[in-house]
Amino acid sequence: MAIFVNRDTRVLIQGITGKEGLFHTRQCRNYGTTIVAGVTPGKGGQKVDEIPVFDSVAEACMKTEANASMIVVPPPFAAEAILEAVDVGIDLVVCITEGIPVMDMLRVKNGMKGCHTRLIGPNCPGIITPGECKIGIMPGPIHTPGGPVGVVSRSGTLTYEVVHQLTQQGLGQSTCLGIGGDPVNGTDFIDCLLAFQNDPETRGIVMVGEIGGSAEEEAAFWIKANMDKPVVGFIAGLTAPPGRRMGHAGAIVSGGKGTAAAKIEAMRSNGIHVCENLGSLGVFCRKVFAADAR
Amino acid sequence: MKIHEYQAKELFKNAGIPVPEGVVCRTKKEISGIVATMKMPVAVKAQILAGGRGKGGGVVLAKSIESAQKAADTILGMQLVTKQTGETGTEVKTLLIEQGVNISRELYISILVDRDRAAIVIIASQDGGMDIETVAEKTPERILKVYVNPLLGLQGYHLRELTNGLDIPGDIAKSFATIFRNLFRLFMQYDCSLLEINPLVITKEDTVFALDAKVDIDSNSLFRHPDIVAMHDSDEEDELEAEAATHGLNYIRLEGTIGSMVNGAGLAMATMDLIKQAGVEPANFLDVGGGASAEMVENGFRIILRDPNVRGIFINIFGGILRCDILAEGVVAAMQKVDLSLPVVVRMEGTNVDAGRKILAESGLHLTNATDLTHAATLLAAI
Repeated sequence: MAIFVNRDTRVLIQGITGKEGLFHTRQCRNYGTTIVAGVTPGKGGQKVDEIPVFDSVAEACMKTEANASMIVVPPPFAAEAILEAVDVGIDLVVCITEGIPVMDMLRVKNGMKGCHTRLIGPNCPGIITPGECKIGIMPGPIHTPGGPVGVVSRSGTLTYEVVHQLTQQGLGQSTCLGIGGDPVNGTDFIDCLLAFQNDPETRGIVMVGEIGGSAEEEAAFWIKANMDKPVVGFIAGLTAPPGRRMGHAGAIVSGGKGTAAAKIEAMRSNGIHVCENLGSLGVFCRKVFAADAR
Repeated sequence: MKIHEYQAKELFKNAGIPVPEGVVCRTKKEISGIVATMKMPVAVKAQILAGGRGKGGGVVLAKSIESAQKAADTILGMQLVTKQTGETGTEVKTLLIEQGVNISRELYISILVDRDRAAIVIIASQDGGMDIETVAEKTPERILKVYVNPLLGLQGYHLRELTNGLDIPGDIAKSFATIFRNLFRLFMQYDCSLLEINPLVITKEDTVFALDAKVDIDSNSLFRHPDIVAMHDSDEEDELEAEAATHGLNYIRLEGTIGSMVNGAGLAMATMDLIKQAGVEPANFLDVGGGASAEMVENGFRIILRDPNVRGIFINIFGGILRCDILAEGVVAAMQKVDLSLPVVVRMEGTNVDAGRKILAESGLHLTNATDLTHAATLLAAI
């Protein structure tokens, strides 16, 4: 088990012929991901590293039975790329692209309502079920397969940091995913927490949030009402000045809302084990999850 | 990206949203000529991007030609200090001199993106001309919120909700509805993240004007709005932040003494927090990107070193697909190029970390290799 991706996931890459697209396609394939197709409009019929390239997602899915897509196309074309994959009814879309206009994502998010496809991202590192499938730009070797910990985060390198500390503490991971640093995204914390709650392999969850919006607060209330697995929380941005965007488009405290302090308070009061010191997060998790196992 | 009031009003005019007649003035020489052509009273308004202009003395209502000239002469060129400018204030380089109107009622209107609902929200209040956050706090029942699905757009019932909620009389409800439609279209067409009018006024003659105009555009959308890019005014940006942006670096200047350089925005934020937890204050947020190339690191050093408050530098890098040994070579190359006399703490973790630390240790450079984040915090506290 694991969530959303496993060894049966068959991946196509939208934007495979770009420099970044090709680099990360190779990284994913070397990790063991089954990559069955690439899509670049106008380059159908070519091959990249023996991977067939198609003009459209529909054609790629029909001929290769791909059931997931990784999007690595430039921001002006990314929203359309998501919609194309959704239109075909593919199970999972992972959009790595950073810098998509908010208005585009508003349209995508509303257009996807009621659709079968799950979107992860955009502006995210992707998703990995260690040892089985990696769809994204995260470094594979820092992960430990077959473990009890699920990781969900709004960040990229901060997630790698957390995963690395878990691995150092001997805590393997079931699935790790980044839901993205943009203000409007697909899969949210609660979607992932629900999946982790239902996944028998996952016994504890690390949730990494940051300033901006209220996704962490909503997740905290949901956790109290719906979960019996222990959740460790970390929030970045305690020292972030209000009104400034901290790198991620969604990381902004506006009108006094979305502060790290408020998120930490919401997590604490809903039974989440909050770790405020990044340096000790791995050790903190080991203690929390060990106590729970007893 | 923020634009000036006079630029926003230009967009309004083109979109069919009525604004008072106004003239932009950039030099003292122009003042008397402009004022002479206008009917009194006029509003003389400083054009800076920071908010709080009125309270800071940047907006003056003048009833006579003499007082208008005097106000314009005083405001143009002044260092305008508001709650958003900092102590030194911002030099006023442009004025908007605008025809006064006979105000009967002042309303508040804004449109923004509600990220949590993935909708557009229109916020309106009968208490225009006041600080809307105060209204929201003290009399939340006087704030009206109408949510609009961005795919379906503004519907008739939304407009009725707004005009009824704002108690707009029947004879001008129609022109109000047109203004709302135009505002909404403008918001969508220009990828706005915020559009605010405070106040939107109804005059004694039953006409409607946007007396103020604040428009922020989503920076990610600028590739499709060359006309907005042309409006960009870098005067009020922090000099270092503007320079960092030209190098593709994500830099935000803060008040503290410990500079930091990190790959990735989330880790950079967490690193600032860590500096604070160590008992010192972060001097900046700096994300050199997940890749952290030697060139980016070098530019990052140069930016940090130009902040005179910085007493030490913390480099926190997680090596992933780009391995630590490659990243370490980049850091060493960058450090050799910049003249560094400040203490530097490097904490490196991830793929090939041992090789990376070895390169740093053998570089002969004046830096301290932290073994982990906790060790790094101890070293930072000692700076």
